[in-house]
Amino acid sequence: MAEVFFFLAAIGALAGAIGTVALRNPFYSVLALVCHLLSLAALFLLLRAEFLAAAQVIVYVGAVMVLYLFVVAYVGGTADPIATAGRPGLRWASALFAGALFVELSIAVLGTGLTALSEEGSGWFPAYGTPAEIGRLLLTDFLLAFEVASILLLVAAVGAVILARRRTGLEDPREISVGDLMRSGSRDHLTGGEAGTIIEVEGPPGR
Amino acid sequence: MSIEWYLVVSALVFSIGAGGILIRRNPLVILLCLELMLNAGNLALVAFARAHGNQDGQIFALIVMVVAACEVAVGLGLIVAIYRRRLPIDVDELRELQG
Repeated sequence: MAEVFFFLAAIGALAGAIGTVALRNPFYSVLALVCHLLSLAALFLLLRAEFLAAAQVIVYVGAVMVLYLFVVAYVGGTADPIATAGRPGLRWASALFAGALFVELSIAVLGTGLTALSEEGSGWFPAYGTPAEIGRLLLTDFLLAFEVASILLLVAAVGAVILARRRTGLEDPREISVGDLMRSGSRDHLTGGEAGTIIEVEGPPGR
Repeated sequence: MSIEWYLVVSALVFSIGAGGILIRRNPLVILLCLELMLNAGNLALVAFARAHGNQDGQIFALIVMVVAACEVAVGLGLIVAIYRRRLPIDVDELRELQG
């Protein structure tokens, strides 16, 4: 039974990966990646990593992919040509490189002679991979990694806000920056005093 | 299922992601292919953790997921900044790093 589930999940993961690379519309690429991540969560479950599978579905599929979808919708995901027109050989060279990388990785992983690889894996205890065990490890043995990861998340969040904020003057007078809204009195200047009306949303007429 | 199968799937997904990064020109899709490669690494980590019967590899995979989330936040912020400056969303056109 585990074999059937493994092959279903593996086929889903590989199909999702190929779809992410091959689909022309970035929106569909994101959806293919969602399929890939869900299949990967199933593989995690087969490997008895329950908490990781749940975190994969909630954090990746639920949060990160939605962020991707918002940005694709904002930027306007236009279909782009996959291979560059000027360099027709690039696509084949890339595919060749990917194939060579797969062969090399397979040799490196399967040719190591680790006997543990060719069996089901060593023994596991009933609490293996549960949230309680992962939480205990994170707060005892891996406390430093846990704290560093949280600081990294904070830095990345602040960095993303600083990168994506509007930094120069308003080129389009209809655009209202956060700083303008926080400064008192500037709202009337920007919108002509029509606070709370359609004109405030649309900007002054005639522009 | 023996652990080898999981590792082969991981290697395949990693190769597909690496090829995608080389082929595609849209930075959004390149970030997606980076996610593919990170997740292939995660799968290998979890498979090795299963092979050894301890959970350290799962903790490592969890930290990799945190780093991937940070990378996504910063990368998408960069893409939004590029879009705001009305530059082309194309890595072949974005050759200059000067602001």
